Order: sequence, then C-alpha cells, then structure tokens
Amino acid sequence: MRKQLITAILYTVATTLLLGIAYPLAITALAQWWMPRQANGELITRGGTIIGSQLIGQSFTGSGYFYGRPSAAGNGYDAANSSGSNLGPTNAALITRVEQSAAQLRNDHGDADVPVDLVTTSGSGLDPDISPAAAQYQIPRVARETGLSQAQLAQLVQANTQPRQFGFLGEPRVNVLALNLSLRQRLAETRAASSSRAAGADSGKAQP
Amino acid sequence: MTANGWLQIFIFFAIVTLLAYPLGVYMANVFSGKRTWADPILRPVERLLYRVTGVSPDVEMRWTEYAVAMLLFSVVSMLVLYLIERMQQWLPFNPQHLGNVPAILAFNTAASFTTNTNWQSYVPETTMSYLTQMAGLAYHNFTSAAVGMALAVAFIRGIARRECETLGNFWVDVTRGILWVLLPGATLAALLLVSQGVVQNLHPYTTATLIAPQTVTAQGATQRITTQTIAQGPVASQEAIKELGTNGGGFFNTNSAHPFENPTPFSNLLEMVLIFAIPAGLTVTLGRMTGSPRHGWAVFAAMAILFAAGVSVAYHAEAHGNPLFRGVDQHATALQSGGNMEGKEVRFGVVNSALFATVTTDTSCGAVNSMHDSFTPLGGMVPLVNMMLGEVVFGGVGSGLYGMLIFVILSVFIAGLMVGRTPEYLGKKIEAYDVQMSMLFVLVFPVIILIFSAIAVLLPGVGTSSIANPGPHGLTEILYAFTSTAANNGSAFAGLNANTNFYNMTLGFSMLAGRFLMIIPMLAVAGNLARKKIVPASAGTFPVTTPLFTMLLVGIIVIVGALTFFPALTLGPVLEHLLLQAGKTF
Repeated sequence: MRKQLITAILYTVATTLLLGIAYPLAITALAQWWMPRQANGELITRGGTIIGSQLIGQSFTGSGYFYGRPSAAGNGYDAANSSGSNLGPTNAALITRVEQSAAQLRNDHGDADVPVDLVTTSGSGLDPDISPAAAQYQIPRVARETGLSQAQLAQLVQANTQPRQFGFLGEPRVNVLALNLSLRQRLAETRAASSSRAAGADSGKAQP
Repeated sequence: MTANGWLQIFIFFAIVTLLAYPLGVYMANVFSGKRTWADPILRPVERLLYRVTGVSPDVEMRWTEYAVAMLLFSVVSMLVLYLIERMQQWLPFNPQHLGNVPAILAFNTAASFTTNTNWQSYVPETTMSYLTQMAGLAYHNFTSAAVGMALAVAFIRGIARRECETLGNFWVDVTRGILWVLLPGATLAALLLVSQGVVQNLHPYTTATLIAPQTVTAQGATQRITTQTIAQGPVASQEAIKELGTNGGGFFNTNSAHPFENPTPFSNLLEMVLIFAIPAGLTVTLGRMTGSPRHGWAVFAAMAILFAAGVSVAYHAEAHGNPLFRGVDQHATALQSGGNMEGKEVRFGVVNSALFATVTTDTSCGAVNSMHDSFTPLGGMVPLVNMMLGEVVFGGVGSGLYGMLIFVILSVFIAGLMVGRTPEYLGKKIEAYDVQMSMLFVLVFPVIILIFSAIAVLLPGVGTSSIANPGPHGLTEILYAFTSTAANNGSAFAGLNANTNFYNMTLGFSMLAGRFLMIIPMLAVAGNLARKKIVPASAGTFPVTTPLFTMLLVGIIVIVGALTFFPALTLGPVLEHLLLQAGKTF
C-alpha cells in the first residue's frame, strides 16, 4: 500500500511533465513552425491593424452590411465569452425573440419567410457564417442601401460562398466578415472609379 | 432530412468500422506485451518511467490490488489538479492573469476531470489559465482515459484467463495505453486539427479593431463596442485528447461549437471519428484477447444498432424544426440546412449537430458542437437516453466496453434462466456472485441519478432556482445534469446554472460515485471470472457470437434502461414534446 502510494505520487509527477508540459509545448512548437497562420487564429489585418479572425464572427447590424446571425455571447459576438442562448424549444422567451427578429427583418426585406439561421443564435455565439439562403435574402436590401446592383451583390455572395467540404461534408456557407470586407472593397472601387470619371469629365471640360 | 445528410452519417460510420479492426488488433498486441512498430522508440521511455516511479512491471495484481492502485492514482492526481487550480495565479502560463479558482468549483472540476466526466461548471476563457488547462485538465484527459482502457483490459483478462488469481499490472496497462495508443493518436490528431484552423499558441488574447463598430444597449446602459477580444490558447493539443479519450471538456465555454475548437466540417468529422475510434476498436480487442473474434463483432453489432436508432431519431426531430416559429423558413434546400437552428452552427447544420450529439452521448465524451438545451424535446431526449442506457453504445474509452460486458453477463444469465441451464460466458460459469455484482453495477447508476434529481427538485429554492427554461424542460435540465455526471459524460443542458454550491457539491459526488462505485463491483466480477475453470461448450450453451445474441443484448439494454427511467422521461421530454405540438409555451 505504502509502496503503491509512493508510486502513485511519482507516477503523477512524471506523467504530468510528459503529458501536461512536454506534449502541449511540442505541439505548440510544431504548429507555430509549420502552420503559424492557423495556429494563431487566421487573423485578418488591414493596414497593420488586426481587424478580426477569419473564423470568428462579428456583429454586423448597420445599414449597408450583410447581417450575421443573432449572438448570445456577451453583448453579441464576445469572443472572450462564447455562449449559446440555451433557450429551450417551449420557452416563451425564445418564441418571442424569434418572432420579433423575424418581424424586424420582414420590415426591410419584404414578406417572404426569413431563413431560419438569421433569427436563431448559434451554439458558440461566434458563428462566422450564414447560409447562402440568408445571404441571398439580404441582397435587395443591401443593394438599396449601397447603390450596388443586385447582380453585383449576387456575384459577391457567390464568390464568398464555400461549398460543402470535399463536396459532401457539412453545409454550404457564406463567411459574413469576408463578404462584408469584399463589399466594402467593391464600394471603394466603385467610388474611386466614379470620382475619377468625374475628374476625367472635369479635365475634359477644362480643355478647349 | 436530405440524402446528403444520410450520406454524411453513413460515411462517418463506415470510417469508424474500417478503423475498428486494425486499431483493435493493435491494442490487443499492445496490452498483451507483443511487439509493435513503435517499440524501438517507446520501450526505452517505458523502462525509464518504471525505473523513476518504482514500478515492477512483471508483478501481476489481484483484483483488489488493481483496484487499490487505481484508486491511489486517481486520488493523488485529483489532488494535484485541485492544487494547480487553487494556485494558478502564482504559476506560469497565465497571460490573462486569471485568479485562483474558488474551492468548491475547484473540487467539482477536479472530480470532473479525474473521473473522465469533464463536466464544466465554469467558463474556461475567464477561469482557467493555460497551465491549468494543459497540466491540469488535458493531463487528466490522458490519464482518465488510460485508466478506463486499463480497466477494460483487466476485465477482458478476467474473461480470458482460467484458474488465475491476477488481472495484470495496473501501472503497466496505464503506461502502455498512454504511450502506445493515446500519445501517438493525439499528436497526429492535434496537427490535423491545427491544419483546419484549431489554434495552438500561448499568446494573450487578441484584440481586433472592428470595421463596423456597434452600439449596444445592455441593462439600460448604451455602450459603444469598437473592439473584439479573441480568446487564444493551446487548444489543438487539448482538443485532440479531449475527443480521443472521450473526455469532452472544452477549452472554451461552447466546446466544439466554438470555431477555434472545431472550425470546419472536416475537423468535425475528425473529432467524431476520434470519439468512436478506441471504444469501437476495443470490441475487436475483446474478440482477439478472448479468442472469439466473432463475439467481438456481435458486441460491435449491438452497439451499431443502438447508434443507428439514436441518430435517426435525433436527425428526424431536429430536421423538423420548431413548429412555433412563424414566418420563418425552416425547410431544407440546396441553400440552407433548415431545421431547428437555435444553438447550432451554420457550417454543421442539423445533420452534423444531431450526429455529434448522438456520438458524444453514446460514448462518455460529452463534447458538444451544438447546444443540447435548445434541441427539440425528442432531439434532446436522444442524448439523455443514450446516457441513461449506461453509455454502452461504444461508450467511454474502456468504460464503455466494461459496461457493455456487464450487460453481456446479464444477457447470458437471462438466456440461461429461459432454458433452465447454468449460464456460461465463453466457457465461464456465471454464478450468483457474478450476477449480484453485475446488478450492483447496474443499480448504482440510476440510484445516483434519481435520488439526486429528486433532492434537487424538492429542496425548496436550492435546485430549481438554477433552471433556465421553465416547464417540463426545467426538469429535463436537472435530470440531464445528474445523468451526465453519474454517467461521466459531461455534456449539459447548459442553461442550468450549475455553478452554485449545491450543484457543485452534488454533481461532484455524483461523478465520483458514478465512476468508482461502479468500477469496484466490475473489478470484483473480473477477479471472480479469472479464478474459474473453463467448461467445454455443450448443447445447452447459449452462443455469444450470433445475431440472436446481439438482439437479446440490445433488448436487455433497452428494457433495463426503459424500466428504470421511463417515468422520469415521461415527465420531462415526452411531456414537453406533447405540449410543444399543442402550441404551449412557458
């Protein structure tokens, strides 16, 4: 018994060093060496500033953006505090919340039924994606708010749609942050083009 | 439900089946001390470990000695985890400067990870330092799984040996499980997970500057949010062993729903395969070590049937969505998965959420990629029932197999009663003592669940005040918590606020009882079986290799589970289902 107890103590110490320290540090070293982008969270930078992670959703609720899903993490998409709503299917709070969100969306998007992922919170509260149905549903509103044509937006949605992995795994999805970044870029390009056209017209006028 | 959905389920299970044979044969070789490809590297490490810790690898143990060694190791390593939690503030690898974990929560967590449960009453991102996660929690993911495997192997030896007093050496079995199976598997899986985007670093949390700042109103105060703090950590190394060891404790609060734990459909498939791999392989190990490979496959088939039943019900229920959502499109189309998407991720949809929920509760894993609390009543009943059946559908690493073998003993006993002969199992006569101990194993489990649940419901103000969802769903939350902890699963109907003194204590004891009070009668059966002579098979022997045996085994498991838990289920998920169909909310 005494001998077994000493063995138990020594065994705990030895295996803690092996499995609790050496193993995770070795994996960290290999991951940082071979796959630093993935190991650090696929961070996106613009002009030297980190603006988010490819994998972590952000809140987009303003006009001129594609909306993401509602989030139950902190004040919404709090990536240091992941959480689902944990509301049960017969909880009146859930039914009311879904009804209100759906009514609000129908105000801006017409009378069609709202794709379910746009009115339900995700498990993590950090879901980076919406379904292609939810993205297409928003095209008319975003077109109205940004002045881009529906065809241009449909093309952006298409370009940001990830099909099922290997053709059969998971579900097709649209990364909301990536979609909104390419939307902003398209808007900036359009503005630049129209202002240079305007500038060109001005200089044309100035020439005799 | 879609054809693609069924295809994904089929492919997952095909991979598990194909892996079971080579892995099972490999594990049989490892635990029999036969040569394997990894010996040149691992033998020296093994010998060094024995020398340092004073293990005499050639000394075999009786079942009582085996149990004592197991208990001592569990107590010591649980105490070390408790101390790490209580002192993390002063220890390294704590870039967020998190404080020490409060005593009762630290007890609950230490009990949780030592028993392979991984119930989490805390929010990891804001509670546990990187050191606690690595050296405390992920460490126990290895050892609790290795202990489970050792116990299963000891049980198999009990069946296979004749007129023998001993079951093997506990330290040798644990060491071989860690070095030959868990460590190589986890290393490979961790790197695959990183390739998909699971993070692995020791950085402080990242601050991102939002391109679209938000104004939110919370508790009457308006707040402008311009940044997002993104939790980081050594996740992949823990994620790999969390699944492979059927532990299930998330690095983050939302577990495998969190994009940094489970970023892609492929990482999701990999995690599910890791959960089933060892338990499925152990059925082959059973067949091989007892010299009856077809018996191993007969047990595998019983597990496969129960798995298929569970996943079909869960997928069906979730795909139908919530009938009370009006003006919402829940249909499955080429552009959306549809169904009940509350608490689910878009990349997984309903099929991978229902499949994961089934897989994680068939085994004692308890990782989740969607929030079970938000499942439809019948969809959420599947994980609950899976655990109530004793987690023998592949089951936990090791614990699933020995749990299933207890049911096998009961099945041959009942078959023997039906034909009026002394029952035999692979040449061993099953006698009164074996059946008494097996029944003790079977009965400890519902006693823990039902008594604690009853106390939680009846004690005024203590248990029910933690309920998040009123109505029958609230009862299900409490029932789920005690079932999950007694079954050492660790998944939750997470709305229940379990971080109270009452729940931390009762759930902590539920986990310890659900592990150790069941292991001891199980080892007693193993020790008793090992002592017996082999009687040659006769015309009266009930063969344990046939489809008839498989069906009988499935029947016994379902009947025992149904008789025990049907009343409680009726008041919880069944009633909620009927009320939901009638349009009633709470």
